[in-house]
Amino acid sequence: MATFGFRKASALPGFGVTLGITVAYLSLVVLIPLASTFLKTATLDGERFIAVVTAPRVLAAYRLTFGAAGLAALLNAGFGMLLAWVLVRYPFPGRRIVDALVDLPFALPTSVAGISLAAVYAENGWIGRWFAPLGVKIAFGPLGVLVALTFIGLPFVVRTVQPVLEDFEREQEEAAACLGATRAQTFVRVVLPALAPALATGFALAFARALGEYGSVIFIAGNIPMKSEVISLLVVTKLEQYDYAGATALAVVMLVASFVMLFVINALQWRWQRRMNAKRVVNKKGSAIGRGRDLGTEKGVSQ
Amino acid sequence: MSRAGTIARTARHARSDTARHRAEPRALRRGLTAAALAFLGLFLVVPLVAVFQEALSKGLHFYFTSLADPDARAALVLTLTVAIIAVPANVVFGLAASWAIAKFEFRGKALLTTLIDLPFSVSPVVSGLVYVLLFGAQGWFGPWLAAHDVQIVFAVPGIVLATLFVTFPFVARELIPLMQAQGNEEEEAARVLGASAWQMWRRVTLPNVKWGLLYGVILCNARAMGEFGAVSVVSGHIRGQTDTMPLAVEILYNDYNFAAAFALASVLALIALVTLGLKLMAERRLQADALARR
Repeated sequence: MATFGFRKASALPGFGVTLGITVAYLSLVVLIPLASTFLKTATLDGERFIAVVTAPRVLAAYRLTFGAAGLAALLNAGFGMLLAWVLVRYPFPGRRIVDALVDLPFALPTSVAGISLAAVYAENGWIGRWFAPLGVKIAFGPLGVLVALTFIGLPFVVRTVQPVLEDFEREQEEAAACLGATRAQTFVRVVLPALAPALATGFALAFARALGEYGSVIFIAGNIPMKSEVISLLVVTKLEQYDYAGATALAVVMLVASFVMLFVINALQWRWQRRMNAKRVVNKKGSAIGRGRDLGTEKGVSQ
Repeated sequence: MSRAGTIARTARHARSDTARHRAEPRALRRGLTAAALAFLGLFLVVPLVAVFQEALSKGLHFYFTSLADPDARAALVLTLTVAIIAVPANVVFGLAASWAIAKFEFRGKALLTTLIDLPFSVSPVVSGLVYVLLFGAQGWFGPWLAAHDVQIVFAVPGIVLATLFVTFPFVARELIPLMQAQGNEEEEAARVLGASAWQMWRRVTLPNVKWGLLYGVILCNARAMGEFGAVSVVSGHIRGQTDTMPLAVEILYNDYNFAAAFALASVLALIALVTLGLKLMAERRLQADALARR
Protein backbone atom coordinates (compact mmCIF):
# COMPACT_ATOMS: atom_id res chain seq x y z
CA MET A 1 0.00 0.00 0.00
CA ALA A 2 1.26 3.43 -0.86
CA THR A 3 2.54 5.45 2.06
CA PHE A 4 2.08 9.18 1.88
CA GLY A 5 4.88 11.41 3.05
CA PHE A 6 2.63 13.40 5.32
CA ARG A 7 1.16 10.59 7.36
CA LYS A 8 2.25 7.86 9.71
CA ALA A 9 2.33 4.34 8.31
CA SER A 10 -0.68 2.22 9.13
CA ALA A 11 -1.82 -1.34 8.50
CA LEU A 12 -5.35 -0.22 7.64
CA PRO A 13 -6.52 0.29 4.05
CA GLY A 14 -8.55 3.02 2.45
CA PHE A 15 -6.77 6.18 3.55
CA GLY A 16 -6.27 7.63 0.07
CA VAL A 17 -9.83 7.01 -1.09
CA THR A 18 -11.58 8.26 2.05
CA LEU A 19 -9.38 11.33 2.42
CA GLY A 20 -9.90 12.07 -1.28
CA ILE A 21 -13.69 11.88 -0.95
CA THR A 22 -13.59 14.00 2.20
CA VAL A 23 -11.46 16.77 0.76
CA ALA A 24 -13.27 16.82 -2.60
CA TYR A 25 -16.73 16.95 -1.06
CA LEU A 26 -15.68 19.50 1.56
CA SER A 27 -14.19 21.72 -1.16
CA LEU A 28 -17.19 21.48 -3.47
CA VAL A 29 -19.93 21.99 -0.92
CA VAL A 30 -18.29 24.30 1.61
CA LEU A 31 -14.88 25.75 0.80
CA ILE A 32 -15.27 26.86 -2.82
CA PRO A 33 -18.68 28.50 -2.26
CA LEU A 34 -17.38 30.33 0.82
CA ALA A 35 -14.18 31.39 -0.94
CA SER A 36 -16.15 32.70 -3.90
CA THR A 37 -18.07 34.99 -1.54
CA PHE A 38 -14.81 36.56 -0.42
CA LEU A 39 -13.69 36.84 -4.06
CA LYS A 40 -16.94 38.58 -4.88
CA THR A 41 -16.23 41.15 -2.15
CA ALA A 42 -12.85 41.80 -3.69
CA THR A 43 -14.66 43.05 -6.79
CA LEU A 44 -16.51 45.62 -4.68
CA ASP A 45 -15.29 49.16 -4.51
CA GLY A 46 -13.63 49.76 -1.12
CA GLU A 47 -15.48 52.96 -0.32
CA ARG A 48 -18.79 51.45 -1.26
CA PHE A 49 -18.05 48.46 0.96
CA ILE A 50 -17.35 50.72 3.96
CA ALA A 51 -20.47 52.75 3.20
CA VAL A 52 -22.64 49.62 3.13
CA VAL A 53 -21.31 48.03 6.31
CA THR A 54 -21.42 51.27 8.34
CA ALA A 55 -24.81 52.61 7.22
CA PRO A 56 -26.89 53.80 10.21
CA ARG A 57 -29.52 51.10 9.67
CA VAL A 58 -26.78 48.45 9.58
CA LEU A 59 -25.09 49.85 12.70
CA ALA A 60 -28.42 49.66 14.53
CA ALA A 61 -28.72 46.03 13.41
CA TYR A 62 -25.21 45.23 14.72
CA ARG A 63 -26.10 46.75 18.07
CA LEU A 64 -29.33 44.76 18.33
CA THR A 65 -27.86 41.48 17.06
CA PHE A 66 -24.73 41.52 19.21
CA GLY A 67 -26.59 42.92 22.23
CA ALA A 68 -29.49 40.47 22.09
CA ALA A 69 -27.21 37.53 21.25
CA GLY A 70 -24.98 38.40 24.22
CA LEU A 71 -27.90 38.82 26.61
CA ALA A 72 -29.55 35.62 25.38
CA ALA A 73 -26.29 33.70 25.80
CA LEU A 74 -25.95 35.12 29.33
CA LEU A 75 -29.51 34.10 30.20
CA ASN A 76 -28.77 30.66 28.80
CA ALA A 77 -25.50 30.45 30.72
CA GLY A 78 -27.34 31.10 33.99
CA PHE A 79 -30.39 28.97 33.40
CA GLY A 80 -28.49 26.34 31.40
CA MET A 81 -26.15 25.87 34.35
CA LEU A 82 -29.16 25.63 36.67
CA LEU A 83 -30.88 23.10 34.38
CA ALA A 84 -27.74 20.98 34.08
CA TRP A 85 -27.35 21.05 37.88
CA VAL A 86 -30.96 20.05 38.51
CA LEU A 87 -30.86 17.32 35.84
CA VAL A 88 -27.66 15.78 37.22
CA ARG A 89 -28.12 16.24 40.95
CA TYR A 90 -31.83 16.25 41.79
CA PRO A 91 -33.77 13.23 40.62
CA PHE A 92 -37.41 14.19 40.06
CA PRO A 93 -40.29 12.48 38.30
CA GLY A 94 -40.09 12.95 34.52
CA ARG A 95 -36.42 13.88 34.59
CA ARG A 96 -35.62 11.84 31.49
CA ILE A 97 -38.38 13.48 29.48
CA VAL A 98 -37.24 16.94 30.56
CA ASP A 99 -33.69 15.96 29.64
CA ALA A 100 -34.77 14.91 26.14
CA LEU A 101 -36.92 18.03 25.74
CA VAL A 102 -33.90 20.30 26.22
CA ASP A 103 -32.83 19.41 22.66
CA LEU A 104 -36.12 20.59 21.16
CA PRO A 105 -34.60 23.81 19.71
CA PHE A 106 -32.21 21.62 17.69
CA ALA A 107 -35.02 19.49 16.32
CA LEU A 108 -37.78 22.05 15.76
CA PRO A 109 -37.61 23.98 12.46
CA THR A 110 -36.87 27.61 13.17
CA SER A 111 -39.94 28.89 11.32
CA VAL A 112 -42.16 26.77 13.57
CA ALA A 113 -40.36 28.11 16.63
CA GLY A 114 -40.72 31.64 15.28
CA ILE A 115 -44.46 31.61 14.71
CA SER A 116 -45.25 29.85 17.96
CA LEU A 117 -43.05 32.18 20.03
CA ALA A 118 -44.70 35.14 18.28
CA ALA A 119 -48.15 33.73 19.13
CA VAL A 120 -47.28 33.01 22.77
CA TYR A 121 -45.46 36.28 23.49
CA ALA A 122 -47.86 38.57 21.59
CA GLU A 123 -50.01 40.97 23.63
CA ASN A 124 -52.92 38.53 23.61
CA GLY A 125 -50.73 35.40 23.81
CA TRP A 126 -50.50 32.96 26.70
CA ILE A 127 -47.42 34.61 28.17
CA GLY A 128 -47.52 38.05 26.55
CA ARG A 129 -50.87 38.90 28.14
CA TRP A 130 -49.30 38.87 31.61
CA PHE A 131 -46.74 41.45 30.51
CA ALA A 132 -49.04 43.69 28.47
CA PRO A 133 -50.74 45.32 31.52
CA LEU A 134 -47.27 46.23 32.83
CA GLY A 135 -46.60 48.10 29.61
CA VAL A 136 -44.01 45.52 28.52
CA LYS A 137 -44.34 44.56 24.88
CA ILE A 138 -42.38 41.39 24.13
CA ALA A 139 -43.27 40.20 20.64
CA PHE A 140 -42.79 42.52 17.65
CA GLY A 141 -39.97 44.50 19.24
CA PRO A 142 -36.37 44.11 20.45
CA LEU A 143 -37.48 41.99 23.44
CA GLY A 144 -38.95 39.50 20.99
CA VAL A 145 -35.51 39.11 19.42
CA LEU A 146 -34.14 38.30 22.88
CA VAL A 147 -36.83 35.65 23.44
CA ALA A 148 -36.16 33.96 20.07
CA LEU A 149 -32.38 33.96 20.56
CA THR A 150 -32.79 32.55 24.07
CA PHE A 151 -34.95 29.74 22.66
CA ILE A 152 -32.50 28.68 19.97
CA GLY A 153 -29.46 28.89 22.29
CA LEU A 154 -31.04 27.01 25.17
CA PRO A 155 -29.50 23.54 24.69
CA PHE A 156 -25.87 24.62 24.29
CA VAL A 157 -24.90 25.41 27.89
CA VAL A 158 -26.92 22.50 29.30
CA ARG A 159 -25.19 20.06 26.93
CA THR A 160 -21.69 21.36 27.61
CA VAL A 161 -22.01 21.59 31.42
CA GLN A 162 -23.99 18.38 32.00
CA PRO A 163 -21.28 15.80 31.10
CA VAL A 164 -18.66 17.66 33.15
CA LEU A 165 -20.97 17.78 36.14
CA GLU A 166 -21.72 14.05 35.76
CA ASP A 167 -17.98 13.34 35.82
CA PHE A 168 -17.30 15.66 38.72
CA GLU A 169 -15.88 13.89 41.77
CA ARG A 170 -18.21 14.32 44.73
CA GLU A 171 -15.21 13.65 46.97
CA GLN A 172 -13.89 17.11 46.20
CA GLU A 173 -17.08 18.66 47.55
CA GLU A 174 -16.97 16.42 50.60
CA ALA A 175 -13.36 17.38 51.24
CA ALA A 176 -14.34 21.04 51.09
CA ALA A 177 -17.23 20.38 53.48
CA CYS A 178 -14.96 18.51 55.89
CA LEU A 179 -12.55 21.43 55.85
CA GLY A 180 -15.40 23.62 57.05
CA ALA A 181 -16.62 25.25 53.87
CA THR A 182 -20.29 26.12 53.67
CA ARG A 183 -22.30 24.76 50.76
CA ALA A 184 -22.18 28.14 49.02
CA GLN A 185 -18.41 28.41 49.46
CA THR A 186 -17.96 24.88 48.11
CA PHE A 187 -20.02 25.74 45.08
CA VAL A 188 -18.23 28.98 44.29
CA ARG A 189 -14.68 27.81 45.07
CA VAL A 190 -14.74 24.12 44.10
CA VAL A 191 -17.58 23.31 41.71
CA LEU A 192 -17.78 26.48 39.68
CA PRO A 193 -14.07 26.60 38.69
CA ALA A 194 -14.32 23.00 37.45
CA LEU A 195 -17.35 23.89 35.32
CA ALA A 196 -16.03 27.23 34.09
CA PRO A 197 -14.43 26.04 30.80
CA ALA A 198 -17.56 24.10 29.84
CA LEU A 199 -19.72 27.06 30.79
CA ALA A 200 -17.58 29.40 28.66
CA THR A 201 -17.73 27.01 25.70
CA GLY A 202 -21.50 26.72 26.00
CA PHE A 203 -21.83 30.50 26.18
CA ALA A 204 -19.68 30.94 23.07
CA LEU A 205 -21.64 28.30 21.13
CA ALA A 206 -24.98 29.89 22.06
CA PHE A 207 -23.66 33.36 21.20
CA ALA A 208 -22.28 32.22 17.82
CA ARG A 209 -25.54 30.51 16.92
CA ALA A 210 -27.56 33.58 17.92
CA LEU A 211 -25.46 35.97 15.81
CA GLY A 212 -26.54 34.36 12.55
CA GLU A 213 -30.06 33.30 13.49
CA TYR A 214 -32.78 34.19 11.02
CA GLY A 215 -35.84 31.92 10.99
CA SER A 216 -37.04 32.14 14.57
CA VAL A 217 -36.25 35.86 14.86
CA ILE A 218 -38.02 37.36 11.87
CA PHE A 219 -41.51 36.28 12.96
CA ILE A 220 -41.30 37.71 16.47
CA ALA A 221 -39.04 40.74 15.90
CA GLY A 222 -41.52 42.96 14.08
CA ASN A 223 -38.57 43.97 11.86
CA ILE A 224 -38.85 47.71 12.43
CA PRO A 225 -35.95 49.55 10.69
CA MET A 226 -33.41 51.03 13.16
CA LYS A 227 -35.20 49.27 16.02
CA SER A 228 -35.70 45.55 15.67
CA GLU A 229 -33.89 44.35 12.56
CA VAL A 230 -31.13 41.73 12.89
CA ILE A 231 -28.16 41.52 10.49
CA SER A 232 -29.28 38.32 8.79
CA LEU A 233 -32.59 40.00 7.95
CA LEU A 234 -30.75 42.91 6.33
CA VAL A 235 -28.84 40.44 4.14
CA VAL A 236 -32.12 38.95 2.95
CA THR A 237 -33.69 42.40 2.46
CA LYS A 238 -30.80 43.52 0.27
CA LEU A 239 -30.99 40.29 -1.68
CA GLU A 240 -34.71 40.78 -2.30
CA GLN A 241 -33.91 44.24 -3.70
CA TYR A 242 -31.34 42.62 -6.02
CA ASP A 243 -28.57 44.52 -4.19
CA TYR A 244 -26.12 41.60 -4.47
CA ALA A 245 -23.07 43.75 -3.68
CA GLY A 246 -24.68 45.07 -0.49
CA ALA A 247 -25.80 41.60 0.60
CA THR A 248 -22.32 40.21 -0.04
CA ALA A 249 -20.67 42.99 1.96
CA LEU A 250 -22.87 42.27 4.99
CA ALA A 251 -22.40 38.53 4.53
CA VAL A 252 -18.64 38.97 4.67
CA VAL A 253 -18.93 40.90 7.94
CA MET A 254 -21.05 38.04 9.32
CA LEU A 255 -18.59 35.44 8.04
CA VAL A 256 -15.68 37.20 9.72
CA ALA A 257 -17.67 37.30 12.97
CA SER A 258 -18.38 33.54 12.59
CA PHE A 259 -14.71 32.75 11.98
CA VAL A 260 -13.71 34.71 15.08
CA MET A 261 -16.29 32.80 17.12
CA LEU A 262 -15.15 29.48 15.62
CA PHE A 263 -11.60 30.30 16.64
CA VAL A 264 -12.67 31.25 20.19
CA ILE A 265 -14.77 28.07 20.54
CA ASN A 266 -11.93 25.88 19.30
CA ALA A 267 -9.48 27.51 21.70
CA LEU A 268 -11.91 27.04 24.60
CA GLN A 269 -12.61 23.41 23.71
CA TRP A 270 -8.96 22.65 23.31
CA ARG A 271 -8.19 24.03 26.78
CA TRP A 272 -11.12 22.26 28.32
CA GLN A 273 -10.37 18.92 26.69
CA ARG A 274 -6.79 19.12 27.82
CA ARG A 275 -7.96 19.66 31.36
CA MET A 276 -10.43 16.78 31.16
CA ASN A 277 -7.87 14.47 29.59
CA ALA A 278 -5.31 15.34 32.25
CA LYS A 279 -7.84 14.45 34.93
CA ARG A 280 -8.79 11.29 33.11
CA VAL A 281 -5.20 10.04 33.05
CA VAL A 282 -4.85 10.68 36.78
CA ASN A 283 -8.14 8.97 37.55
CA LYS A 284 -7.60 6.14 35.07
CA LYS A 285 -11.20 6.52 34.08
CA GLY A 286 -12.51 4.87 30.96
CA SER A 287 -12.93 6.02 27.43
CA ALA A 288 -13.62 9.54 26.30
CA ILE A 289 -16.28 8.59 23.77
CA GLY A 290 -18.19 11.54 22.49
CA ARG A 291 -16.73 14.00 24.93
CA GLY A 292 -15.74 17.46 24.02
CA ARG A 293 -15.98 17.33 20.24
CA ASP A 294 -19.68 16.90 19.82
CA LEU A 295 -20.82 19.82 21.88
CA GLY A 296 -22.86 21.55 19.27
CA THR A 297 -25.58 19.01 19.02
CA GLU A 298 -25.65 16.66 21.92
CA LYS A 299 -24.30 15.73 25.26
CA GLY A 300 -21.49 13.26 25.53
CA VAL A 301 -22.19 9.64 26.26
CA SER A 302 -22.25 9.54 30.00
CA GLN A 303 -20.53 6.97 32.08
CA MET B 1 -27.04 2.81 35.16
CA SER B 2 -27.38 6.54 35.48
CA ARG B 3 -24.67 8.22 37.37
CA ALA B 4 -27.07 10.75 38.77
CA GLY B 5 -29.05 7.89 40.29
CA THR B 6 -25.96 6.42 41.89
CA ILE B 7 -25.01 9.80 43.27
CA ALA B 8 -28.47 10.26 44.72
CA ARG B 9 -28.33 6.88 46.42
CA THR B 10 -24.86 7.57 47.81
CA ALA B 11 -26.08 10.91 49.07
CA ARG B 12 -28.97 9.25 50.90
CA HIS B 13 -26.67 6.74 52.57
CA ALA B 14 -24.19 9.38 53.56
CA ARG B 15 -26.69 11.60 55.35
CA SER B 16 -24.85 12.40 58.56
CA ASP B 17 -24.06 15.40 60.68
CA THR B 18 -22.16 17.03 57.83
CA ALA B 19 -24.98 16.35 55.35
CA ARG B 20 -25.98 19.96 55.71
CA HIS B 21 -22.67 20.91 54.12
CA ARG B 22 -22.75 18.29 51.42
CA ALA B 23 -26.22 18.66 49.99
CA GLU B 24 -28.55 21.57 49.69
CA PRO B 25 -31.55 21.83 52.05
CA ARG B 26 -34.70 20.31 50.64
CA ALA B 27 -36.42 23.69 50.22
CA LEU B 28 -33.52 24.98 48.12
CA ARG B 29 -33.47 21.84 46.00
CA ARG B 30 -37.17 22.21 45.32
CA GLY B 31 -36.77 25.90 44.61
CA LEU B 32 -33.94 25.34 42.12
CA THR B 33 -35.81 22.52 40.39
CA ALA B 34 -38.89 24.72 40.13
CA ALA B 35 -36.88 27.63 38.71
CA ALA B 36 -35.21 25.39 36.10
CA LEU B 37 -38.53 23.87 35.07
CA ALA B 38 -40.19 27.30 34.94
CA PHE B 39 -37.51 28.54 32.53
CA LEU B 40 -37.98 25.46 30.36
CA GLY B 41 -41.74 25.90 30.51
CA LEU B 42 -41.67 29.54 29.43
CA PHE B 43 -39.29 29.03 26.54
CA LEU B 44 -39.99 25.47 25.35
CA VAL B 45 -43.11 23.82 26.64
CA VAL B 46 -45.61 26.66 26.28
CA PRO B 47 -44.59 27.46 22.67
CA LEU B 48 -44.68 23.73 21.81
CA VAL B 49 -48.18 23.30 23.23
CA ALA B 50 -49.25 26.52 21.51
CA VAL B 51 -48.38 25.06 18.09
CA PHE B 52 -50.97 22.31 18.53
CA GLN B 53 -53.53 24.56 20.18
CA GLU B 54 -53.36 27.11 17.34
CA ALA B 55 -53.38 24.34 14.74
CA LEU B 56 -56.65 22.97 16.08
CA SER B 57 -58.20 26.37 16.82
CA LYS B 58 -60.52 26.13 13.81
CA GLY B 59 -61.44 22.54 14.43
CA LEU B 60 -60.32 19.16 13.15
CA HIS B 61 -62.03 19.54 9.79
CA PHE B 62 -60.14 22.73 8.96
CA TYR B 63 -56.94 21.12 10.23
CA PHE B 64 -57.13 18.19 7.84
CA THR B 65 -58.37 20.36 4.97
CA SER B 66 -55.31 22.60 5.26
CA LEU B 67 -53.02 19.57 5.34
CA ALA B 68 -54.68 18.14 2.25
CA ASP B 69 -54.21 21.38 0.30
CA PRO B 70 -52.23 20.70 -2.94
CA ASP B 71 -49.56 23.31 -2.03
CA ALA B 72 -49.11 21.77 1.40
CA ARG B 73 -48.79 18.31 -0.12
CA ALA B 74 -46.28 19.58 -2.70
CA ALA B 75 -44.27 21.15 0.15
CA LEU B 76 -44.25 17.84 2.02
CA VAL B 77 -43.07 15.98 -1.10
CA LEU B 78 -40.30 18.52 -1.73
CA THR B 79 -39.16 18.39 1.90
CA LEU B 80 -38.94 14.59 1.75
CA THR B 81 -37.16 14.70 -1.64
CA VAL B 82 -34.53 17.10 -0.30
CA ALA B 83 -33.97 14.95 2.79
CA ILE B 84 -33.72 11.77 0.69
CA ILE B 85 -30.92 13.34 -1.36
CA ALA B 86 -29.09 15.27 1.35
CA VAL B 87 -29.00 12.66 4.12
CA PRO B 88 -27.41 9.77 2.12
CA ALA B 89 -24.89 12.17 0.56
CA ASN B 90 -23.81 13.34 3.99
CA VAL B 91 -23.73 9.76 5.30
CA VAL B 92 -21.27 8.76 2.55
CA PHE B 93 -19.18 11.81 3.31
CA GLY B 94 -19.40 11.22 7.08
CA LEU B 95 -18.27 7.60 6.76
CA ALA B 96 -15.34 8.58 4.52
CA ALA B 97 -14.28 11.52 6.66
CA SER B 98 -14.49 9.61 9.93
CA TRP B 99 -12.44 6.71 8.52
CA ALA B 100 -9.67 9.00 7.26
CA ILE B 101 -9.62 11.20 10.36
CA ALA B 102 -10.19 8.68 13.15
CA LYS B 103 -8.03 5.81 11.93
CA PHE B 104 -4.98 7.61 10.50
CA GLU B 105 -2.45 10.17 11.66
CA PHE B 106 -1.59 12.78 9.07
CA ARG B 107 -0.53 16.39 8.84
CA GLY B 108 -3.37 18.92 8.73
CA LYS B 109 -5.81 16.63 10.52
CA ALA B 110 -6.78 19.25 13.11
CA LEU B 111 -7.42 21.81 10.37
CA LEU B 112 -9.54 19.35 8.40
CA THR B 113 -11.61 18.57 11.50
CA THR B 114 -12.19 22.27 12.12
CA LEU B 115 -13.18 22.87 8.50
CA ILE B 116 -15.78 20.11 8.71
CA ASP B 117 -17.42 22.00 11.57
CA LEU B 118 -17.39 25.23 9.61
CA PRO B 119 -21.02 25.13 8.36
CA PHE B 120 -22.25 25.13 11.96
CA SER B 121 -20.79 28.55 12.60
CA VAL B 122 -21.98 30.15 9.36
CA SER B 123 -25.33 31.94 9.48
CA PRO B 124 -28.04 30.03 7.58
CA VAL B 125 -28.72 33.13 5.49
CA VAL B 126 -25.08 33.31 4.41
CA SER B 127 -25.11 29.56 3.67
CA GLY B 128 -27.85 30.21 1.13
CA LEU B 129 -26.30 33.39 -0.19
CA VAL B 130 -23.03 31.70 -1.18
CA TYR B 131 -24.94 29.55 -3.69
CA VAL B 132 -26.81 32.56 -5.07
CA LEU B 133 -23.43 34.24 -5.63
CA LEU B 134 -22.14 31.13 -7.41
CA PHE B 135 -25.13 30.05 -9.47
CA GLY B 136 -27.51 33.06 -9.48
CA ALA B 137 -28.10 35.26 -12.53
CA GLN B 138 -25.33 37.60 -11.38
CA GLY B 139 -23.13 34.83 -9.99
CA TRP B 140 -19.88 33.34 -11.25
CA PHE B 141 -21.56 30.57 -13.23
CA GLY B 142 -24.80 32.48 -13.83
CA PRO B 143 -24.28 33.39 -17.51
CA TRP B 144 -23.00 29.90 -18.38
CA LEU B 145 -25.94 28.22 -16.65
CA ALA B 146 -28.40 30.58 -18.35
CA ALA B 147 -26.85 29.83 -21.75
CA HIS B 148 -27.27 26.09 -21.14
CA ASP B 149 -30.75 26.54 -19.70
CA VAL B 150 -29.87 25.04 -16.34
CA GLN B 151 -31.55 26.52 -13.32
CA ILE B 152 -30.00 25.93 -9.91
CA VAL B 153 -30.95 28.91 -7.78
CA PHE B 154 -34.69 29.46 -7.22
CA ALA B 155 -35.15 25.80 -8.14
CA VAL B 156 -34.84 22.41 -6.46
CA PRO B 157 -31.06 21.91 -7.04
CA GLY B 158 -30.32 25.12 -5.10
CA ILE B 159 -32.49 23.95 -2.22
CA VAL B 160 -30.64 20.62 -2.16
CA LEU B 161 -27.24 22.36 -2.22
CA ALA B 162 -28.13 24.75 0.61
CA THR B 163 -29.43 21.79 2.64
CA LEU B 164 -26.24 19.82 1.96
CA PHE B 165 -24.24 22.77 3.26
CA VAL B 166 -26.10 23.22 6.54
CA THR B 167 -26.36 19.48 7.32
CA PHE B 168 -22.81 18.74 6.22
CA PRO B 169 -21.11 18.16 9.63
CA PHE B 170 -23.75 16.10 11.48
CA VAL B 171 -22.76 12.50 10.59
CA ALA B 172 -19.01 13.12 10.46
CA ARG B 173 -18.79 14.85 13.84
CA GLU B 174 -20.80 12.05 15.45
CA LEU B 175 -18.61 9.28 14.03
CA ILE B 176 -15.13 10.81 14.40
CA PRO B 177 -14.92 10.83 18.22
CA LEU B 178 -16.65 7.45 18.43
CA MET B 179 -14.23 5.79 16.02
CA GLN B 180 -11.26 7.50 17.62
CA ALA B 181 -12.26 6.12 21.02
CA GLN B 182 -12.61 2.60 19.61
CA GLY B 183 -9.06 2.54 18.27
CA ASN B 184 -7.60 0.51 15.38
CA GLU B 185 -6.97 -2.85 17.04
CA GLU B 186 -10.12 -4.64 15.94
CA GLU B 187 -9.70 -3.62 12.31
CA GLU B 188 -6.02 -4.56 12.39
CA ALA B 189 -6.93 -7.98 13.78
CA ALA B 190 -9.45 -8.46 10.98
CA ARG B 191 -6.78 -7.64 8.41
CA VAL B 192 -4.26 -10.01 9.99
CA LEU B 193 -6.89 -12.76 9.91
CA GLY B 194 -7.19 -12.21 6.16
CA ALA B 195 -10.30 -10.05 5.80
CA SER B 196 -10.54 -7.92 2.69
CA ALA B 197 -10.91 -4.18 3.17
CA TRP B 198 -14.63 -4.41 2.45
CA GLN B 199 -15.14 -7.39 4.83
CA MET B 200 -13.26 -5.59 7.58
CA TRP B 201 -15.35 -2.46 7.20
CA ARG B 202 -18.64 -4.32 6.82
CA ARG B 203 -18.13 -6.84 9.64
CA VAL B 204 -16.04 -4.89 12.17
CA THR B 205 -16.26 -1.14 11.73
CA LEU B 206 -19.89 -0.72 10.75
CA PRO B 207 -21.37 -2.83 13.59
CA ASN B 208 -19.20 -0.91 16.05
CA VAL B 209 -20.44 2.49 14.97
CA LYS B 210 -24.00 1.70 13.94
CA TRP B 211 -25.71 3.54 16.80
CA GLY B 212 -23.48 6.55 16.40
CA LEU B 213 -24.26 6.51 12.69
CA LEU B 214 -27.99 6.31 13.37
CA TYR B 215 -27.65 9.18 15.83
CA GLY B 216 -25.93 11.33 13.20
CA VAL B 217 -28.54 10.41 10.59
CA ILE B 218 -31.37 11.40 12.93
CA LEU B 219 -29.85 14.83 13.61
CA CYS B 220 -28.93 15.34 9.95
CA ASN B 221 -32.44 14.42 8.81
CA ALA B 222 -34.11 16.72 11.34
CA ARG B 223 -32.06 19.66 10.11
CA ALA B 224 -32.54 18.72 6.44
CA MET B 225 -36.32 18.67 6.83
CA GLY B 226 -36.45 21.73 9.05
CA GLU B 227 -33.92 24.13 7.55
CA PHE B 228 -35.43 27.53 6.94
CA GLY B 229 -32.93 30.39 6.53
CA ALA B 230 -30.58 28.89 3.95
CA VAL B 231 -33.38 27.33 1.93
CA SER B 232 -35.40 30.53 2.08
CA VAL B 233 -32.61 32.48 0.35
CA VAL B 234 -32.24 30.05 -2.58
CA SER B 235 -35.85 28.94 -2.96
CA GLY B 236 -37.49 31.88 -4.74
CA HIS B 237 -40.75 30.95 -2.94
CA ILE B 238 -42.69 29.57 -5.88
CA ARG B 239 -45.81 28.07 -4.36
CA GLY B 240 -46.25 24.38 -4.99
CA GLN B 241 -42.85 24.19 -6.67
CA THR B 242 -39.95 25.45 -4.56
CA ASP B 243 -41.57 25.62 -1.14
CA THR B 244 -40.43 23.18 1.50
CA MET B 245 -42.65 22.73 4.55
CA PRO B 246 -40.87 25.29 6.76
CA LEU B 247 -41.16 27.83 3.91
CA ALA B 248 -44.83 27.01 3.35
CA VAL B 249 -45.41 27.75 7.04
CA GLU B 250 -43.98 31.23 6.51
CA ILE B 251 -46.07 31.93 3.40
CA LEU B 252 -49.34 30.89 5.06
CA TYR B 253 -48.42 32.92 8.15
CA ASN B 254 -47.67 36.04 6.11
CA ASP B 255 -51.05 35.57 4.36
CA TYR B 256 -52.66 35.79 7.83
CA ASN B 257 -53.81 32.22 7.35
CA PHE B 258 -52.66 31.43 10.88
CA ALA B 259 -54.59 28.21 11.54
CA ALA B 260 -53.29 26.65 8.30
CA ALA B 261 -49.74 27.82 9.05
CA PHE B 262 -49.93 26.21 12.48
CA ALA B 263 -51.48 23.05 11.02
CA LEU B 264 -48.39 22.57 8.84
CA ALA B 265 -46.19 23.64 11.77
CA SER B 266 -47.79 20.98 13.95
CA VAL B 267 -46.68 18.28 11.49
CA LEU B 268 -43.12 19.61 11.71
CA ALA B 269 -43.38 19.75 15.50
CA LEU B 270 -44.51 16.11 15.56
CA ILE B 271 -41.51 15.18 13.40
CA ALA B 272 -39.31 17.05 15.89
CA LEU B 273 -40.80 15.10 18.81
CA VAL B 274 -40.27 11.79 17.00
CA THR B 275 -36.68 12.92 16.33
CA LEU B 276 -36.15 13.53 20.04
CA GLY B 277 -37.57 10.08 20.86
CA LEU B 278 -35.35 8.31 18.34
CA LYS B 279 -32.37 10.32 19.52
CA LEU B 280 -32.99 9.22 23.11
CA MET B 281 -33.12 5.60 21.94
CA ALA B 282 -29.89 5.88 19.93
CA GLU B 283 -28.24 7.61 22.90
CA ARG B 284 -29.12 4.71 25.20
CA ARG B 285 -27.78 2.15 22.74
CA LEU B 286 -24.57 4.17 22.42
CA GLN B 287 -24.23 4.24 26.20
CA ALA B 288 -24.85 0.50 26.46
CA ASP B 289 -22.24 -0.16 23.73
CA ALA B 290 -19.71 2.10 25.48
CA LEU B 291 -20.27 0.26 28.77
CA ALA B 292 -20.01 -3.16 27.11
CA ARG B 293 -16.64 -2.21 25.63
CA ARG B 294 -15.15 -1.54 29.06
